[in-house]
Amino acid sequence: MLGEYAAEDGRILAGGQSLVPTMAFRLAKPAHLIDINGIAALEKLNVENGSLSIGACVRHAAFHRPALAGPLGALLTTVVHHIAHYPIRLRGTFCGSLAHADPASEWCLVAATVGADITAISTRGTRTIAAADFFAGIMTTALAEDELLARVNLPVLSRDTRFGFCEFSRRAGDYAIAMTLATLRLEGGAIVDPRVGVGGAEAFPRRIPEAEAALAGRAPNEAVLRAAADAAAHAIDPLEDIQADAAYRRDLVRAMTRRALARACA
Amino acid sequence: MSGKHDLVLSVNGRDYAVQVEPRRTLVDAIREDCGLTGTHIGCEHGVCGACTVLVDGAPVRSCLMFAVQAAGKAIRTVEGLATGDELSVLQRAFMEHHGLQCGFCTPGFLMLVTGVLEREPDIGDEELIDVLASNLCRCTGYQNIIKAVRAAAQELRTK
Repeated sequence: MLGEYAAEDGRILAGGQSLVPTMAFRLAKPAHLIDINGIAALEKLNVENGSLSIGACVRHAAFHRPALAGPLGALLTTVVHHIAHYPIRLRGTFCGSLAHADPASEWCLVAATVGADITAISTRGTRTIAAADFFAGIMTTALAEDELLARVNLPVLSRDTRFGFCEFSRRAGDYAIAMTLATLRLEGGAIVDPRVGVGGAEAFPRRIPEAEAALAGRAPNEAVLRAAADAAAHAIDPLEDIQADAAYRRDLVRAMTRRALARACA
Repeated sequence: MSGKHDLVLSVNGRDYAVQVEPRRTLVDAIREDCGLTGTHIGCEHGVCGACTVLVDGAPVRSCLMFAVQAAGKAIRTVEGLATGDELSVLQRAFMEHHGLQCGFCTPGFLMLVTGVLEREPDIGDEELIDVLASNLCRCTGYQNIIKAVRAAAQELRTK
């Protein structure tokens, strides 16, 4: 159906918790909505071949309790409580958040940081897009108009992976003005495989290589974590809006990164 | 596809045959087509929670769902809480603890909490406060709503 209606402004409707408000404001006026709710094949949430597979109709609330044992399950449960509010989390979907690609989306940050694989299907075939190639701008992705984001695969994190998440927003459940997700391992007192993702601060979430380089191989002490946070603050190209100007956003990124790293190393 | 659809909405156990355009939100259908005006419309974009109803037991914003999506599902609204003249435990607690002033947000809060306590009867205090942050109340300052909900949760657990 999407193949048929895409050219006539057809859109997929999953949870509708972002699309329907934008329709209420007349910012989006899709001519056709294709409701994918109730398609059992899209509700699958399972671990296969070392990754957590999240179908297009899996709701945020599926992560209120850990969906799997280990650090990835704990990470998703920590993050989900920052997404909007309870009734919104019962309807909104993980994959829908990625397709919508709001710069302040927590799930987009998770996908970018842990390195998700995003599967898009259309009548032309199936393809997998790496998270690093998926986000293209504010609410803009690599998805073509006739492609359905069918599932997202997150790599299962090793048992010894540590994580820290920190978000700043004006009110509980409100959009993030800046947030950082960090994952790393500690081996012999040194930081190994650090990943530092920043969201809410730029047009789309991404890993910050400058911050990761400041951590790799070093001891997780206060000075090192501060240096990484400073590197992240300098590396970003901050969004400016009514909530925060560039200088303030940089400052928030510094604070969020330092706190996320402190939580990961605690 | 802008013609009207014939569908049956089951609200509080009663079937309502309605004719709606696909773009009709569930809250508009409940109020205008079913004539049940206990569910209030506030912001119409999912922020305030005044329009919260239960759909198959889940509290949802009925301004963010289309009526056609609710066909065949069990919808419950504030009109379905009391049994005859007897208020539900939660409704009585709201009255006893002054959990409302102007009353505009009250149907949404009652349906939100009714749904949450049915789904998670042993929910902790902290989580309950997180849940109550879902809806806006501009009168009470929330303290009396929290008192009412805690009292109701306790009474329902000991029942």
